[in-house]
Amino acid sequence: MFQVRIHGRGGQGVVTAAEMLSVAAFLEGQHAQAFPSFGSERTGAPVVAFCRIDDREIRLREPVLEPDALIIQDPTLLHQVDVFGGLARDGYVLINTSRTFEALGVGEFARSLCAERLCTVPATEVALQHVGRPLPNAALLGGFAALAGRISLDSVAAAIREKFDGKVAEGNVAAAREAYAIVRGALRETCHAEAD
Amino acid sequence: MLKQIEGSRAVAEAVALCRPEVICAYPISPQTHIVEGLGEMVKGGELEGCEFINVESEFAAMSVAIGASAAGARAYTATASQGLLYMAEAVFNASGLGLPIVMTVANRAIGAPINIWNDHTDAMSQRDCGWIQLFAEDNQEALDLHIQAFRLGEELSLPVMVCMDGFILTHAYERVDVPTQEQVDAWLPAFEPRQVLDPAEPVSIGAMVGPEAFMEVRYLAHAKQMRALELIPGWAEEFRTAFGRESGGLLRSYRTEDADTVVVALGSVLGTIKDTVDEMRRDGAKIRFRIHTIRNHAGCWLGRTRPDRL
Repeated sequence: MFQVRIHGRGGQGVVTAAEMLSVAAFLEGQHAQAFPSFGSERTGAPVVAFCRIDDREIRLREPVLEPDALIIQDPTLLHQVDVFGGLARDGYVLINTSRTFEALGVGEFARSLCAERLCTVPATEVALQHVGRPLPNAALLGGFAALAGRISLDSVAAAIREKFDGKVAEGNVAAAREAYAIVRGALRETCHAEAD
Repeated sequence: MLKQIEGSRAVAEAVALCRPEVICAYPISPQTHIVEGLGEMVKGGELEGCEFINVESEFAAMSVAIGASAAGARAYTATASQGLLYMAEAVFNASGLGLPIVMTVANRAIGAPINIWNDHTDAMSQRDCGWIQLFAEDNQEALDLHIQAFRLGEELSLPVMVCMDGFILTHAYERVDVPTQEQVDAWLPAFEPRQVLDPAEPVSIGAMVGPEAFMEVRYLAHAKQMRALELIPGWAEEFRTAFGRESGGLLRSYRTEDADTVVVALGSVLGTIKDTVDEMRRDGAKIRFRIHTIRNHAGCWLGRTRPDRL
């Protein structure tokens, strides 16, 4: 089973991101379960959502405490919430930011993980450019498809089109594609750096 | 058709396939998405022949469902937690009047302290209200139990509550197989009420009775509950034949051979327990489990069953 935890703030589409990720996995014939962690939701408050993907029926319904992958939609949460809690040493981390792990103050932690499984992508800027609103969720799913390789970009695009219609859908698909390309490029650089 | 949808949406689609004629709705988390979905279907013309009534409270929701059902309509509503308590007086009337209303209860804790999260206290507070209570393990079963609930209720002239864990199921996206209208039509006959409130042929139902007649009424209510014990397993089997999957029934077990310990549970926690059983067996632990889904009166069904047949 592959377990993803998504951190963000109320209003950033965290719950929708988990839903779309589960739909993308479903479209690839996998079993998937997405659910939010509920509280007194309000705009700006820390929000968590989960997605499990497996090739067989998923029966447990606990919150994801030991994620294989983290998507962090808002880097201001890094020092407020235990976002890395339970993350496997070989886990994936994708952060919505234009800064580096070092600049975000989590460089030391990042060095304890696999470099080729960590990435940042300025998803909010990408979303503003393609959707016109600071909603980074779809872009991050595109980036996640590139980072973890667990779901394809085409499935992410199909899931976005299932959730949204018309221009909003196409804008989000374009954002996902650009974030995918950014992450692919960044990963190639990481690999070259390691080879050097 | 396989779909990856929210549990609430799966239930809304199941209810729509049952061709309800009156739906009353009053919002309360975590059931709201269900009636919102149904409201959209009625307004969008997907669900025809159905009147969607916004009411001012849960008490009104059940009262309108009672009126609709007594007038011969297939009636549905949904609630949770404090909402169920607020309608409690009407809930008892629905069963006393023998009206086969189906209601989803998105199980949620009761305050104080105020708590929107899941537990079964709301449904358990109504355990003796005379309704049949069915509990879903996952969203597929939640969907399926609604189809079974209409048939069971209408056969017995009893209302049926379908209980599903609030948020844990209602707000979870997972794979469900949504049957076709033809499949549901073939399995669920049109509602033929035993008696109908009709100004052209007036009758009184639920009129005042003295202690002698009341005892008889209560005896008959008990007899209906006992008959449900006979009907539920047979219909679960019939459902399996028609739809190709196991849903409902009184009691199911999982890896129960050689069990030293029996875990009896209701609702979505069963999935987590099953994974735990698998894990413990894999680790060679000597502790073994026997798991059961119990439904209304399964306790007395259990009591009648020899322990070696459990």
